[in-house]
Amino acid sequence: MKTSNLILEVKGLSATYLSRQGVVRAVDSLSFDLYGGEVLCLVGESGCGKTTAALSILRLLEHLNGQVVGGHVLFKGEDLARASLERIREIRGNRIAMIFQDAQAALNPVLKVGEQIVEPLKLHIGLKSDEASAKAIELMRQLGIPSPESAFHYYPHQFSGGMKQRVMIAIALSCGPEVLIADEPTTALDVTTRAQILDILLSLKEKGGMSLLFITHDLATVAGIADRIIVMYGGRLAETGTVREVFESPRHPYTEGLLKCLPRITGAEEKLYSIPGNIPSLIDPPDNCLFSPRCPYVMPICKQKRPPEYVISQTQRATCFLNDPEIKKSKLQNPNDK
Amino acid sequence: MTNDILLEVKNLKKYYPITRGLFGRHAGDVRAVDGVSLFVREKEALGLVGESGCGKSTLGRTILRLEEPTSGQIVFQGKDITRLGAKDLRSFRGKAQMIFQDPQSSLDPRMMVGDSIGEALLIQGVKDEKERWNKVGRLLEKVGLEAEHSWRYPHEFSGGQKQRIGIARALAVSPKLIVADEPVSALDVSIQAQILNLLSDLQKDFGLSYIFIAHDLAVVRHISRRIAVMYLGRIVELCEGPELFRNPLHPYTEALLSAVPEPDPNVKKKRILLKGDVPSAANIPSGCRFHPRCHKRFEPCPTVEPHLFEYQPGRWVECLLYEKPTW
Repeated sequence: MKTSNLILEVKGLSATYLSRQGVVRAVDSLSFDLYGGEVLCLVGESGCGKTTAALSILRLLEHLNGQVVGGHVLFKGEDLARASLERIREIRGNRIAMIFQDAQAALNPVLKVGEQIVEPLKLHIGLKSDEASAKAIELMRQLGIPSPESAFHYYPHQFSGGMKQRVMIAIALSCGPEVLIADEPTTALDVTTRAQILDILLSLKEKGGMSLLFITHDLATVAGIADRIIVMYGGRLAETGTVREVFESPRHPYTEGLLKCLPRITGAEEKLYSIPGNIPSLIDPPDNCLFSPRCPYVMPICKQKRPPEYVISQTQRATCFLNDPEIKKSKLQNPNDK
Repeated sequence: MTNDILLEVKNLKKYYPITRGLFGRHAGDVRAVDGVSLFVREKEALGLVGESGCGKSTLGRTILRLEEPTSGQIVFQGKDITRLGAKDLRSFRGKAQMIFQDPQSSLDPRMMVGDSIGEALLIQGVKDEKERWNKVGRLLEKVGLEAEHSWRYPHEFSGGQKQRIGIARALAVSPKLIVADEPVSALDVSIQAQILNLLSDLQKDFGLSYIFIAHDLAVVRHISRRIAVMYLGRIVELCEGPELFRNPLHPYTEALLSAVPEPDPNVKKKRILLKGDVPSAANIPSGCRFHPRCHKRFEPCPTVEPHLFEYQPGRWVECLLYEKPTW
C-alpha cells in the first residue's frame, strides 16, 4: 500500500443526532483511509450514515443538531475532530472542499455566481478582486460553462441544474483543495447531465493531486469512477475493498444484494432480485449484526453478537460472520446446518 | 388488432401560454407536449423515457385529463374523452389512475391510510363503511403491507411503504390503466427493486395497462417491452421490443443509452456526451428539434422538420437520417 501518501485517516468515528424519539446513532465506529490522488466511494442507502460521516470530517454536523461523539479524523496527522473552529475554517473550503447534492440549496440565491466563486479565492488565497475574477472565469471555462464572462454576472436561478452543479464544483475547486468531498453530486441530475458531471470529476482526478471522496447510493455510477469502495449499512462499515474486489467477490451479503438488485440495460429481462425488508432504525440499535433481519444467510450468532471486521485481503475487509474461519469450516462440514 | 387497444392518443398538444405586460398580451407558448400520437394495448406496459423537461409528465397528466389538452384527441376504450364534462370524467377516472413520484407529498399527512384509500372507494360508490375498510385491508395486503396499517398515518411509514400505499390507492377503484410517473426514482436501490417487482406482479394479477414514465432506461426495461423516447415534447423513437437497447435508431436514444452507467468496473463504455442542456420548450429549435445537440447532424437538419414514421416493422423513428431525401 502507498501508506506514505495517506491524506485523511478516519479512526473509530461515531456521530449521533438528537431526536424526539431518542439518540440516533448515525455513524458507529467507522474507520477508513483516504490516499492521495484516489477516488474513494462511500456507498449506502439513505439513512446509512454516509453523509453524516462526510459532514463530521468537516465539523459541519454541529450545525445540524448532530455531534461527533468519538473517534479521530486525522488530516495529514492533524486531528480535525479536536481542532479549534478557527483552524477548521482555514481548512474548510480551502484544503478540504465539499460539494452537495442539491446545488440549488447550496448556492446563495441573492448573490451572483461569480461573487460566490470569488469569495473563497479572496478569503483563503488573498487574491485581489480583479485577479480573483479572472481566476473564477478561468475555472468556469474549464468546467464547461458557456460564455463564462457573462455567466459570471448571472444569479443561480438563471442556470439549469447541471450548470448550477458546475458552479458549485467551481467554488469547491477554486482554492485547489487536496480533498474534495462530493455528496451525491449527480443524484438530482438527468442521465445525460450526470454523465457530463462524472466526466468532469474524472478528468480532475486524472490531472492528479486531488483525492475524491465520492458519496452515492448508486453502485452503477461507482463502477466507472472508483478506485476503492466502502459500503455502509446502518451507520457501520459493511465492507470495503478495491472496486474489483467489491464487484467481483463481495464478502458481505448486503453488498451482494445491492449488486443483484440493480436494474441493468444489458442482460436478460428477468425478475429483479430485491432485498426484503426495510432499513433499520438507528435509535438504540441492537449490538448485533444490523443486517441480520434482512440477510438470506442469517445464522444464530448474527443475532447475538456484533460481527468484527474480518480481513480478507490487504485491501478488503468485511463485517460479516460468514468470513469467520471457524464458521466457514463448520459450514463445510455440515452444509445443511443453518 | 384494433379491438385490444385500450387508449389512443392522436396528435395531442399541451401548450402553456406565456403572457407579457399589464393586459396579458400573448407572447408565445411553452410547447410542453407538441403533437404526440401513441396507443396503449390492453394489459400492456408502455415505457416513456426522456430527460427532465421533455414533457413526459405533462403527457401523462394530460392523458388522464389532469391538464386540459390544447388540441388533439384522447380515445379511451373507443370513447373520446378529450372534452368530457365533470360527471363523465369521474367515471373515466374510475378506470384510469395515477401513481406519483413523491409518495410523501401524494398522501394527506392528516388522513389515516385507510381513509386515504377508502376515499377513492367512496367516490366510486362503495357506500358501506365496513365493506370499504375490508376492501382497504385486502388492498394493503395485495401491495405487501398489512390490513392493520389502515389505522396508521403516512409519517409512520418509510418511503418504499408509502409508495406501496400510493399504489394501493390507485388500485382501489380497479382501474384498467395506470399512469405511473417516476414511481421509483425517489426510492433507494434495494427498495426500487421491490416496487418494480410489485408493479409487474400487479400487472399480471389485475390485467393492468401501464404508462410507465421514467428517466432511467434501465428501470423502464424491467417493466415494459414497448418503449417510447421523448425529446422536447415529441416522441422521437418508439420500439416494440428490446431491439431499442441493442440497436437504437435515433441519435438521441443512442446518447441516452450510452449515458447509463454499467454496474461493472470492467466495462469501459464509449460515451456519447450530449452538449449542453435540453433547450427551453418556449423556444424550440428550427428543423429537427434535436439538431443543436446531435452528434450525427447533417445539412438539412436545421431547416427540415422530420416526422415520426415506421422505419422497420414495430420501429418508429423521427429522424432525417432514415427519411427518403426530399430536400
